Amino acid sequence: MMQKQADAILPLKEISKSPAVLELKAVTKVFPGVKALSEVSLKLIPGEVTALVGENGAGKSTVVKILTGIYQPDDGIILVDGQPTIFPVPQAASQSGVTAIHQETVLFDELSVAENIFLGHAPRGRFGLIDLKIMNKKSCDILHSIGARIDPEQKLKDLGIANKHLVAIARALSTDARVVIMDEPTASLSHKEIEELYELVESLKSQGKAILFISHKFDEIFRIADNYTVFRDGQIIGDGAISDVTDADLVKMMVGRDVSQIFPKRKTSLGKVILQVKSYTHPTEFEDISFTLRKGEILGFYGLVGAGRSEFMQALFGITLNTFGTIKIEDKPVQIKSPADAVENGIVYVPEDRGRQGAILDLPIFQNITLPSLGKISGNGFLKLAKEFKLARDYTERLELRAASFDTHVGNLSGGNQQKVVIAKWLATQPKIIILDEPTKGVDIGSKAAVHEFMAELAEQGLAIIMVSSEIPEVLGMSDRVIVMREGRMVTELNENNLQPETLVRHAAGI
Amino acid sequence: MTISSRTIPDRLRSPLEQRLKSWEALLLLVAICIFAANSFASPYFLNAWNLSDATFNFTEKAMIAFAMALLIISGEIDLSVASIIALSSTAMGAAVQMGMGTPILVLIGLGVGLLCGSFNGLLVTRMGLPSIVVTIGTMSLFRGISFIVLGDQAYRGYPSDFSWFGQGYVWWVISFEFVLFMVIAAIYFVLLHKTNFGRAVYAIGNNPTGALFSGIRVQRIKFILFILTGLMSGIAAICLTARLGSTRPSIATGWELEVVTMVVLGGISILGGSGTIVGVIIAAFVMGLVTFGLGLLNVPGIVMSIVIGALLIGVIALPRLWSVWRAR
Amino acid sequence: MVKRFIKSRETFLICAIILLITIISLRFPGFIRPQNLANVFNDTSPLILLAIGQMIVILTKCIDLSVAANLALTGMVVAMVNVAAPELPIVFTLMMAVSLGALLGMFNGILVWKLAIPSIVVTLGTMTIFRGTIFVISDGKWVNSHEMSSAFKAFPRMEILGLPVLGWIAIITVMVFTLVMSRTTLGRAFYAAGGNPHAATYAGINVGKTQFWAFTISGALAGLSGYLWVSRFAVSYVDIAGGFELDVVAACVIGGVSIMGGIGTVIGALLGALFLGIIKNALPVIDISPFWQMAISGCAIIIAVALNAQANRKKGRIILKRAELKT
Repeated sequence: MMQKQADAILPLKEISKSPAVLELKAVTKVFPGVKALSEVSLKLIPGEVTALVGENGAGKSTVVKILTGIYQPDDGIILVDGQPTIFPVPQAASQSGVTAIHQETVLFDELSVAENIFLGHAPRGRFGLIDLKIMNKKSCDILHSIGARIDPEQKLKDLGIANKHLVAIARALSTDARVVIMDEPTASLSHKEIEELYELVESLKSQGKAILFISHKFDEIFRIADNYTVFRDGQIIGDGAISDVTDADLVKMMVGRDVSQIFPKRKTSLGKVILQVKSYTHPTEFEDISFTLRKGEILGFYGLVGAGRSEFMQALFGITLNTFGTIKIEDKPVQIKSPADAVENGIVYVPEDRGRQGAILDLPIFQNITLPSLGKISGNGFLKLAKEFKLARDYTERLELRAASFDTHVGNLSGGNQQKVVIAKWLATQPKIIILDEPTKGVDIGSKAAVHEFMAELAEQGLAIIMVSSEIPEVLGMSDRVIVMREGRMVTELNENNLQPETLVRHAAGI
Repeated sequence: MTISSRTIPDRLRSPLEQRLKSWEALLLLVAICIFAANSFASPYFLNAWNLSDATFNFTEKAMIAFAMALLIISGEIDLSVASIIALSSTAMGAAVQMGMGTPILVLIGLGVGLLCGSFNGLLVTRMGLPSIVVTIGTMSLFRGISFIVLGDQAYRGYPSDFSWFGQGYVWWVISFEFVLFMVIAAIYFVLLHKTNFGRAVYAIGNNPTGALFSGIRVQRIKFILFILTGLMSGIAAICLTARLGSTRPSIATGWELEVVTMVVLGGISILGGSGTIVGVIIAAFVMGLVTFGLGLLNVPGIVMSIVIGALLIGVIALPRLWSVWRAR
Repeated sequence: MVKRFIKSRETFLICAIILLITIISLRFPGFIRPQNLANVFNDTSPLILLAIGQMIVILTKCIDLSVAANLALTGMVVAMVNVAAPELPIVFTLMMAVSLGALLGMFNGILVWKLAIPSIVVTLGTMTIFRGTIFVISDGKWVNSHEMSSAFKAFPRMEILGLPVLGWIAIITVMVFTLVMSRTTLGRAFYAAGGNPHAATYAGINVGKTQFWAFTISGALAGLSGYLWVSRFAVSYVDIAGGFELDVVAACVIGGVSIMGGIGTVIGALLGALFLGIIKNALPVIDISPFWQMAISGCAIIIAVALNAQANRKKGRIILKRAELKT
């Protein structure tokens, strides 16, 4: 990993004494059932990059939402230039000079690129009308300054993901921001684009802007950050100058124990081939995906966000149609035209987006669990409540679900328990193949270990598992084999012999 | 046992307070108040025959409302129901001109409803079009066909045994329509609250993506719901035509909005996912009682619509106003 | 740019309208006489006004079913005021119509904004309430031509360059709102709030407030049309423009406005309204019973919504490099 040169440390410490432009003091945020943030304090200093490190669900995005006025803290204060302030609406935050580039590009497909950049603060001309000429000109300049070659009059919906991301960055730069929050800005960028982004960050720094940089990639943290703050379970575990720590220190702070301890050991005894996928292709999302999967195997899919992994899994599960290629289950070719077909063929999918796709939050636990198995708990189409509760109980007890009662709405459970409900729902269908898409995203550390142990147990019982994960320790710790995807294609397949973190990252980023 | 301390109970007993605060309870209270007010206001109200007459104000609309309730719970809507009545009635009228008997008329009435429903269903589920616009279109189309066939004419001369569906009494003051209404209410209650199908409907309405990702055949279920709504409109067409004894293309104009009002008043969320059949039954009585009571007081029909409209907004707005006010 | 112009709904509609007019004039050559075309435009003007308002409401993911009732109520109020005080200047009448309509729209808007009641429920309710109110204030009676002052009736029929004032008002409204929608912050907020409400919040747009303004505009235009309608037909009663709200929604849908919000243009709404207006005016002259009109507009709505869905179908994410190059 890249370390700062010793001579760079001294001036950096001097700058650190300069007053913070934006500061959080003992901020607490509580959601029903979860304490998302607990007494968090954070300083952002002009001309410095602070890296926010933590696993998914550690509270990073909640911090971003509080800094940008989407959420209001339940306790604690926000200081701007040392003055206590509140951000009751997002506009207040942006007037104080805070701007954010968000993880999912939250932009407007139907508006032009220039309008996306200047929505809410467009240049005005005569009669207070928006001055299109100046707006397009300014957009052109900003886009040019970040090396993006995009026509500002184009509609946003005609752009690809990487370009949309550049528009989001341009939007953040269009306001006269003093604090720039970058939420995983490199997630879907190519190697060259990432280098350009680093240059951009450097130039923002030299302009005296404070930057909050959220990233999962340690190499870039060590490359561009001056300070770090580590989050775990809504609390700050450690902070300081990046030059004082190593990546191993950061990982330890993030997960709270050594990486090797987290993952369950298991006997790998692979059974016969259960799934064969050959040349699976979609017009725009992925192409030429081929692999086999054995009983009792855990096959990892690694790649950057937006590499097409989830898209492929959803095609395999019958959500996305218009695909070509063949799927064989136990040597029999199958046609999967809907998720119902997939479930009938023994393929089930635990999606990444739990709130929208995985669970039905406004229905009680037991109804969520029995939803794909309604046939099992009814006679002639009539529901049998006793059978229904028994099924729910059977499968949740194995997962050690914690809940007040089975008619609690799933939305009131913690992330980890919601995930247990979704997994229980699928196990109740007695599947052959289970696809887990980011299975521990937004899951607290305790439940995470439980989910991992349970995965190992299922594999030992002969279930075939496909795991999509962006967390390198998880991929390394759980998988028998790993397929790496980039820009919709399989780039390599790694097994025990060549499964190294560096190899994974290199292939995923295309270096 | 040590395990039992960790075992999750099936249900927490729902507190009485919560049950009393339910929408259905509130609505029942409204219904009782209206009933009481009506009996004070008019001496003619508490009369078995008058009350029986009053049921005709809502039975036909309520039959459609039950199917509409399921459709709205699933997140769709059908604004063409009144036009289906018109087309179905026109088809029956045309059959009468060709000398068809009552059994054939009933079959035609049901068949046209079924066809119209499946046409809506196909457009929404096969082609993925938004139901609110599709059914505004078919609303014009179906009634438009009636206008093309009938113009400013009317079909009459329905056989006398056919009129029993709209004017017959099963026992004493209990009309055939009222019995049919009760039977349909019971069927829909069981369908929505006691079967797999009903469970899937709730799941779809709460989160269509989640339901799809859970292996529910979302489009198939929605298609069936459109067919059911068409079928119910066909049944309502038979009853209404039999009751009026004639068909004009303007028959049942504006009913779609009254049916939707009834459903929403019954506590079905227009956004989908929640509500009960019991609520719709009570809402049907509330609307029937209001219309009938004001009618006895010689209040014109158009003024009653103010009351219905205010009721619709009021019952939804008041609890929200209350919670906004309490949050201050 | 050229490619996008050819593919756009507006171009498609213009072609459809030209084709329609050509077919009609083959059977009845008089139809394309400028005077007749001006007549058709004039006749369609109320629909154009309401369709523009409705389009803005639909852009924000709402719907306004109360426009026709608003039109009728405002029309009745201005007619009754005119009967009571015939000497009031026409400017006053216009202002009263616009502000009363806007007030009624604000009532819808406040319920949608502050109480978060779904717009379809709100406007379904206010639709019946407005209609009922007309009956209450007029006692069910008509306001007839001879009761209205001549200035009141003359204003919309006054001809300027061969087109009555009514038509000119439609033209001015189209121009004003084209500017408002493309060149003002509020105009762009309508698109943003409906296209991606979540992101709009991040961008500092108050979605509920934006919807409130959409209903206010829709109401104001309905109020204006109310006066124009009543004075043009020189009669006002409870049921005027009954069911017209559906024609208005139809015009929007035909004009390419997406019911899911965020997509639509003023010109689209104008063309959608003209399409319906031409059919309505053409049927009698080419000897087709006017009873066909309803079914034809029903078919037009279904075809239009199918085309809208085709144009806006999500094509999935673009991940493959070759796929991005193609677009």
